[in-house]
Amino acid sequence: MDESAAESGPLNILIADDNDSDRLILKTLLKRLGHDVLDAANGEEAVALFRSKGPDIVLLDVLMPGMDGMEAARQIKELAAERLVPLIFITSLTEVEALAKCLEAGGDGFLSKPYNRVMIKAKINAFNRMRLMHQALSDQRDLMLARNRQLLEEQHVARRVFDNVAHTGCLNAANIRYHASPLSVFSGDVLFASPRPAGGMLVFAGDFTGHGLPAAIGAMPIAETFYGMASKGFNGSDILREINQKLVRILPKDMFCCAVMVEADFGLNQLNVWNGGLPDTWLIRSSSERFILPSLHLPLGILSAEQFSAEMEIVRSLPGDRLLLMTDGVLECANGEGQLFGEQGVRLAVESAGAEGHPFDALMAGIQRFTGHQKFGDDLTLFCLEMVDEAGLTVLPDNTAPSTLAGPTQWKCVYEVQGRTLEEFNPLPLLLHICMEVPGLRRKSGEIYTLLSELYNNALEHGVLELPSEWKYTSEGFNRYYSERTSRLGTVSNHYIRFNFHHEPMHWGGRLSVVCEDSGRGFDFQSHPVLQSTEMAQSGPRYGGRGLALLKRLTESIRFHEQGNRVEIVYDWYL
Amino acid sequence: MVDKPHLDEEALAELQDVMEDEFEMLIQTYLKDSKERIESLKAAMKDGNADTFAKTAHSFKGSCINIGAPRLGALCRKAEKAGQEERLSDAPPVLVAIEAEFQRVTGALHTLMAGGAG
Repeated sequence: MDESAAESGPLNILIADDNDSDRLILKTLLKRLGHDVLDAANGEEAVALFRSKGPDIVLLDVLMPGMDGMEAARQIKELAAERLVPLIFITSLTEVEALAKCLEAGGDGFLSKPYNRVMIKAKINAFNRMRLMHQALSDQRDLMLARNRQLLEEQHVARRVFDNVAHTGCLNAANIRYHASPLSVFSGDVLFASPRPAGGMLVFAGDFTGHGLPAAIGAMPIAETFYGMASKGFNGSDILREINQKLVRILPKDMFCCAVMVEADFGLNQLNVWNGGLPDTWLIRSSSERFILPSLHLPLGILSAEQFSAEMEIVRSLPGDRLLLMTDGVLECANGEGQLFGEQGVRLAVESAGAEGHPFDALMAGIQRFTGHQKFGDDLTLFCLEMVDEAGLTVLPDNTAPSTLAGPTQWKCVYEVQGRTLEEFNPLPLLLHICMEVPGLRRKSGEIYTLLSELYNNALEHGVLELPSEWKYTSEGFNRYYSERTSRLGTVSNHYIRFNFHHEPMHWGGRLSVVCEDSGRGFDFQSHPVLQSTEMAQSGPRYGGRGLALLKRLTESIRFHEQGNRVEIVYDWYL
Repeated sequence: MVDKPHLDEEALAELQDVMEDEFEMLIQTYLKDSKERIESLKAAMKDGNADTFAKTAHSFKGSCINIGAPRLGALCRKAEKAGQEERLSDAPPVLVAIEAEFQRVTGALHTLMAGGAG
């Protein structure tokens, strides 16, 4: 006879039959086929053997004294739980109802008497194939579940690391509303906001091509760069240039980042916006006055540093204006019919806000209505910034850890920016950095930055470029001011702005003296209203009333020399 | 029923082939089991327990078919049916026939084993 072992090696087979001779025949047949056989004479024995030996296949006689085959089958299937143990009923029953009951009790098939060894072999092999396939599927499912769990855990770890780098910054400020999924970084969206050292805010929203880990990895250096540079006083254009260059270097060719950078100055009521590839940004003034700031640039990570333009659109704003920006996910929201929300959807939603409604709420509600879902996917980011009075903004605490290293306390330094460099270079972060080396002065970075930027911007715009500050106070003048600024910057080749720093330790802390000198023609400081009295002036020939008042408030003294193109301030700081 | 042979020689030859040295033990087991089942059938009949009568006959039938005693198997089937239909009054003649057929089968099997051994 054919005594070859089963297809996949010997199986452990449990048989139960109260009929001694039948059991002996079946046991011998199976052994001859190369299997190991456990035999039981009734249901209880069969269940006990199943529990202790865990056989691969079970053959059960239906009618047995005591616990019959049906009950044994139910108990065995329960013990087997997720494991598929083929259970074959040995029977000479022929009534359909009786056979159906066997299947209901958990039987997978039948074997009839008299035994036929060809049939037994074929059945055992067939059921074993089923068993192995089930095993393979279960193993794969378990593996898949384990992998999936691992992936999710890794995403959460990555998310925690990302959060440490890309903290929420000042996204929780009272004048900000936003929607961003906690795991949105894995769908390629990023949203950062940072206060600027001298007041105001920088906001960056980005949307990477691609999904998952590659998109998240690209987001890491952006976060680091954005927050690092923003806190050091770099402006939006500086940061955009740096991020672009970094992304060009690290991203593969087919990956880039659509982005919007917003620089909000609440004091000047001015917004500088750069949009590279994101949907239109909206400036909403009232229910009838809205402006669109479309994408004017290619996304970040495409153009080389020489080709890249970080020029921001300058928009004059009013307190209460709201700036609304979003990623592509908003336009790509689909309804049940597969139609997209699109620009049309955004427009309708924003217009529906009316005079009272908040455009952010209106847009969120519009998306919900359109998609019919209360919850959106991970891949849309919506952000709204309200222009508010500077005073209304709570200043965020400076949580930079003080350096433990001792630093310079008594020093002098001259730094002069000359010619074409005036046109393209912003020396403020570098100058701030020099001052921040003084131990204890770091806590005053906001004030120092404000002083330096007032001095520098006045020297550049009013001293070197001779732009009258009163232009800024009308809408026509505002535009004229900035177009003149751009064109006059092309003619600065013989000019300079020079800073003289002198720091001395004092028993109360220290004294920083700064002399800022420019090559312009100066102005008549003798008759400047702010210098004459404590009254605030809304205009002045050279210094804007606001800027000068600010300098006066922050410093011990402010003095003008020569013909007004040399300003000296003394700033005392206290431990 | 008369058309069924006392022994299915083909089935027995296959069993002999499968069981090899254990064939004789199998036959002895079958004969011992069968005696017990005939006693059980008698007891069930006496007690008027139709269900036990039917189940015992069913089980006896299975082993007869397996061992290659089709005519005895057919008689068991008849007894099983009587039990299932609660017709224990029909049981005595069937039981007599079973006992008679079992004697024949026992004799024939002994002859077979003697022949097989010789």
